[in-house]
Amino acid sequence: MALLEIKNLHVALEDGTEIVKGVDLAIDTNEVHAVMGPNGSGKSTLAYALMGHPAYEITEGEIFLDGEDLVELGADERAQRGLFLAFQYPYAVPGVTVASFLRSAVNAVRKARNGGADDPVPVPEFRKRLMAAMDELGVSKEMAGRYLNEGFSGGEKKRIEILQMAMLDPRIAVLDETDSGLDIDALRVVAGGVKGLVGETMGALVITHYQRILNYITPDYVHVFVGGKIVAEGGPELAHRLEAEGYEAFVPAEALAGGES
Amino acid sequence: MAVTETEVVQGIGSDYEVKYGFHVAEDYFFKSGRGLSHELVDAISSHKDEPDWMRKFRHQSLDYFYARPMPEWGGDLSGIDFENIYYYIRPTEKQANTWEDLPADIKDTWDKLGIPEAEKKYLAGVGAQYESEVVYHKLKEELTSQGVLFLDMDSGLREHEDIVREHIGTIIPQNDNKFAALNSAVWSGGSFIYVPPGVKVDLPLQAYFRINAENMGQFERTLIIVDEDAYVHYVEGCTAPIYSSDSLHSAVVEIVVRKGGRCRYTTIQNWSNNVYNLVTKRAVAHENATMEWVDGNLGSKLTMKYPAIWLMGEGAHGEVLSIAFGGEGQHQDAGGKCVHVAPHTTSVITSKSISKNGGRAGYRGLLEVAKGAHGARSKVVCDALILDEESRSDTYPYIRIDENDVDIGHEATVSKIGEEQLFYLMSRGLSEAEASAMIVSGFVEPITKELPLEYAVELNRLIQLQMEGSVG
Repeated sequence: MALLEIKNLHVALEDGTEIVKGVDLAIDTNEVHAVMGPNGSGKSTLAYALMGHPAYEITEGEIFLDGEDLVELGADERAQRGLFLAFQYPYAVPGVTVASFLRSAVNAVRKARNGGADDPVPVPEFRKRLMAAMDELGVSKEMAGRYLNEGFSGGEKKRIEILQMAMLDPRIAVLDETDSGLDIDALRVVAGGVKGLVGETMGALVITHYQRILNYITPDYVHVFVGGKIVAEGGPELAHRLEAEGYEAFVPAEALAGGES
Repeated sequence: MAVTETEVVQGIGSDYEVKYGFHVAEDYFFKSGRGLSHELVDAISSHKDEPDWMRKFRHQSLDYFYARPMPEWGGDLSGIDFENIYYYIRPTEKQANTWEDLPADIKDTWDKLGIPEAEKKYLAGVGAQYESEVVYHKLKEELTSQGVLFLDMDSGLREHEDIVREHIGTIIPQNDNKFAALNSAVWSGGSFIYVPPGVKVDLPLQAYFRINAENMGQFERTLIIVDEDAYVHYVEGCTAPIYSSDSLHSAVVEIVVRKGGRCRYTTIQNWSNNVYNLVTKRAVAHENATMEWVDGNLGSKLTMKYPAIWLMGEGAHGEVLSIAFGGEGQHQDAGGKCVHVAPHTTSVITSKSISKNGGRAGYRGLLEVAKGAHGARSKVVCDALILDEESRSDTYPYIRIDENDVDIGHEATVSKIGEEQLFYLMSRGLSEAEASAMIVSGFVEPITKELPLEYAVELNRLIQLQMEGSVG
């Protein structure tokens, strides 16, 4: 069994509208999977449902991480077990600095991984790790003392998402349109950060509309996602075909329109 | 990097009942009967061996109290039964100046509340009031030798009668309001502080107020005089046991800050949820003086308290930072008042109120600029955070301006903790309670960052306790 196994996943909104209509995916460490789809295909719903957003109901199917079904777990428990979601639109938390937020998050995860007993990271060690990770991602040091995402530019927000990913040591990272709103320099840094983390302990699921980010992170597998379903699968060459031919090549135009939500 | 967050997390699991809500046996030197009368006022005055003018002051105040109707605004006061309250309890015959000299139960209480430890670590002086009397009092030697006076109010009256007589009831007249009148009639304990010209008291002076008996009425009276170019930071904390019937706390605090002086007064109010907390606090700031109220209200059943600053001298500056947290069964009617009387005076009122589990918290404030106070500047910011659908926040920002040449700003926001914001934090491994507490800590951060670290930590920890829903 792969590290993350998604089986026949169906996701509906609170009003019952089904958005994700039976998805199967298997992701291992050392692997980068890309889910590519047009606007309204349900990509973000898939990401939120994986992380356990309370507004999205899993009506059918399973999500296994290391063999454990996550479906009944809250977002906090999924995070503690090693799932990470880089948000397309991260939220601001006024009055809470990036550093103090990260320390609380790291300690919450450590506590859970220590069987529920407190295991706070020593401050000097935390500081060292944070500074090293910030360096790596080209995040200026003063960001540590700023309030989380408050007044951050789009690029800063995305870098801070990747910084959080680096600090939390996830097993599987889901990146929801991390490339949107980034200029080429920021994209290169962010993609480099993700690439640096994928390895023996982590695999990644990159959700994107465009092939652009895949120029910097070469996916091992590409899944084309239209109307809440995976309609085609292949290697990195599939992304290039998509770029050249558009999503229309994979489904009839009317099905594409019907997939909007 | 803030140290507070981990400290906050350490507070999880403890609760009010264990930490503050306990009570110990009553073995008192004197306890009055229930109820209020001129005989009671006489008994208090005799116990304290007071001068005649004070006895008269008390009797007159009681008449004012009887004559005034109950306020019909603010919170619901109908539950107060004045005849069921104990107005005066003297726990020990004498005040101690070492903790060891206190009766075991009382010393134990202070140890549990961490006061002796705090005194050793970061305080310049401590007054500890238990029921009606300050049972322990101490000021660091070097401050005494600089002429700083920090006594309980009864000793202040005995030893510095002229100063007390000159000021008491001048900032807050006996008949200012019904509860100021009550305090003036039956007051006991509180602090008397005088800081001589030019003396800066670097470490805070702290008073701690503890109610132990059921149906207790605590009426401390505080007078602070900060002379020219002097500085003091006074901090008060308060807690009480949890009882099923109500207690009453009604203090009066009068402050004078002379030319160029600065006074900061910090309150961390954490009464149990059966205490009515009806307090009158007012300061006058003279030329170029600064007065700051930092008012944290987390406990009590009902609090009605609006610390006031009268800016009487040119260039005087006033600040009110108010935090009100209303949980289940609580109503915090908090706020502040700034009155600009002199030219070029400035003031800032920042209010942060949080309500949850059906609680009510809000801001009631007055900003007034008198004719002639030209060049006055003021800013009022009130933010409310409502944590669920059952809870309520109210804002009553009264503004009265009689001068044209002024610069006044007012902003108010109301927000709710959103599902999206919670989900974002929880997706990083924080539990829902931790995530909510983090949002609330951030919300009050503009105020906690003004506090010395120890108090910021304490305040954050109390907020965490409130978030756990374990208070009361």
